[in-house]
Amino acid sequence: MTESTNDIILQMQDVTKYFPVKRGLIDQLTGIPHQYVRAVDGISFELKRGEVLGLVGESGSGKTTTGRLAVGLLKPTSGKVIFNGIDINAISAEELRKLRRHMQVIFQDPMASMNPRMTLGEGIGRGLKIHGLVSNNTEFRARVIEMLNHVGLTPGEAYIDRYPHQISGGQRQRAVIARALITNPQLIMADEPIAMADVSVRSVLLQLMKDLQQEFNLTYLFITHDLATTKYICDRIGVMYLGEIVELADIRSIYTNPQHPYTQSLLAAVPVPDPRHRRSAPMPRGEIPSPINPPSGCRFHPRCPIAQDICKQERPKLKPVAGKSDHIAACHLKTGDYIHLLPKEAAAST
Amino acid sequence: MTTSRETILSIRNLTVTYKTRMGNLNAVDNLSLDLYKGEVLGLVGESGCGKSTLGKAIMRMILPPGQITSGEIWMDGRDLMKLNKKEMRDVRGNRIGMIFQDPMTSLNPVQRIDKHIIEAIQAHEPHVSKEEANQRAIELVERLGIGRKRLLDYPHQLSGGMRQRVMIALALALKAQVIIADEATTALDAIVEAKFLDLLRELKEEFGLTILMITHNIGIVAELADRVAVMYAGRIAELADVDTLFHAPKHPYTQGLLASVPNINMDSELYCMDGTPPNLISPPSGCRFHPRCPHVMDICREQHPPFIPQALDNGEQEVACWLYESATEQT
Repeated sequence: MTESTNDIILQMQDVTKYFPVKRGLIDQLTGIPHQYVRAVDGISFELKRGEVLGLVGESGSGKTTTGRLAVGLLKPTSGKVIFNGIDINAISAEELRKLRRHMQVIFQDPMASMNPRMTLGEGIGRGLKIHGLVSNNTEFRARVIEMLNHVGLTPGEAYIDRYPHQISGGQRQRAVIARALITNPQLIMADEPIAMADVSVRSVLLQLMKDLQQEFNLTYLFITHDLATTKYICDRIGVMYLGEIVELADIRSIYTNPQHPYTQSLLAAVPVPDPRHRRSAPMPRGEIPSPINPPSGCRFHPRCPIAQDICKQERPKLKPVAGKSDHIAACHLKTGDYIHLLPKEAAAST
Repeated sequence: MTTSRETILSIRNLTVTYKTRMGNLNAVDNLSLDLYKGEVLGLVGESGCGKSTLGKAIMRMILPPGQITSGEIWMDGRDLMKLNKKEMRDVRGNRIGMIFQDPMTSLNPVQRIDKHIIEAIQAHEPHVSKEEANQRAIELVERLGIGRKRLLDYPHQLSGGMRQRVMIALALALKAQVIIADEATTALDAIVEAKFLDLLRELKEEFGLTILMITHNIGIVAELADRVAVMYAGRIAELADVDTLFHAPKHPYTQGLLASVPNINMDSELYCMDGTPPNLISPPSGCRFHPRCPHVMDICREQHPPFIPQALDNGEQEVACWLYESATEQT
């Protein structure tokens, strides 16, 4: 890409990822065609430097696959992933390895993402050695201790030689955050980073991630199923359904003026910790369908309370809604030519 | 506190101990709790506070190295702790049903759904014919929003939400009056979870069920519960009707916990609580929350606070905290 898009750190351009479904011997012999799980099916978005973009959706929506594609942990079936102007799937493995210093990951389960036989220091500092960022052991330890202190594992000297099983779950996730930050990255892909933690620890981790983001001017791709959490950390939110982004907007618009019927249901389903605000909105019928044979047209149409014939036939594109250019949604009835088909009562309620 | 309510299950001074190499650990520590007929009691707490152990203890399903070391659990005028194996098996299912977090591990993967339900009915009511049991299974799953064809499926062919409905069907098939739901919605997606809660609410009215809802999710407690018990380190810190608990919490732990929960309707910052729950092998002296408590006083380090009912115009509230002890003495 051109240098003028300098403030864009990551671009996903019409990215798809299909996973082949394993066929049995009989299927192969009888020539049953290959089937694919369309985990991510044509998504595009941009990440601005220093912003936190949340990707939300239910299980099977493709949010994790999108995250993995964004940092080059998966190769897309088609489409481009451009990081700092470089197409990360068009470069050699060696070049990609060098680039990884700038894009780090945080996963859900800290115990599973740390080597149990490495001390925290060895695990956290491994990136420093791999990328040759330190020249000797004294410098190595100093950098690791500094980072441990940064993430609240203080004093760092007391933690550097411990093993993951010797610290609590919340502390382990702090260590994972330290490991992600030690190579001084620009982009962090965090996939459900606080989902495993206890309620009282979650808010602490969330605050830590927020503070570090500001301190190091980090860009986060924050993946979660929890729409209540994203509110506290994200600048923009993309809502995913069956491999597609159905709505993307700044945080305020998503919460106060959601346009896509799926976003509206998802928001209504979030339990509010206040018995005086018990949910009354009805939920969409059924459950998220299989991504092997997604529904025709708009993928949400079988569950949508306002679906019309056009929704079954034509796949809606992301278009500006609610009179704002940066609030986009993929819904025939909310954007473009078919807006007149929107049922009157639904139009009145939005 | 209204006294007209009928107690269906009463836990008295229950202690459950796990024996470990490092020492004995009281996961539930001298805990008393009443469950009223027809209510949803939310039992909330963080991992390791003993909430699941309490649920299993009611069913007498604590496995070694765990052991119920003292206490009584009263239901139908009997102390469940004194029942023999056969009598207890009758209570499980017929009187108390249990739903767990992961329905896949509770269902037999090589058995069709209809067989699960028929087997459960016939095990407890041997005189019921297979056809009759099958008819009951059909009525039941259709009431729960599962088509009768799905009875012929195996557990892996159902979605997570449907599997959890089958678990409910199993509990209802035996006409259990009390349902213990241990993190029953935790594995479900938001929309599926919301629909499952709607279903529980309907069933509660329709069948007059009493539900003990064990969860770490404060939001679903606010959604469904009539009363809430907050557990910390094996003990109940606070017990109140749902409105009082959420709008006038008294225990500093409850206050901290509520303030650290993200609320989609609020713009306030999240509260960050100090520290982590204690190790129960060597719990803190006095009040177990004192090392993390912002209002800690000398007495908190020395003596465990008693569980004191608070004077309220509306609703009920009991708190185990020295901050409120003196206030009640004066009144």
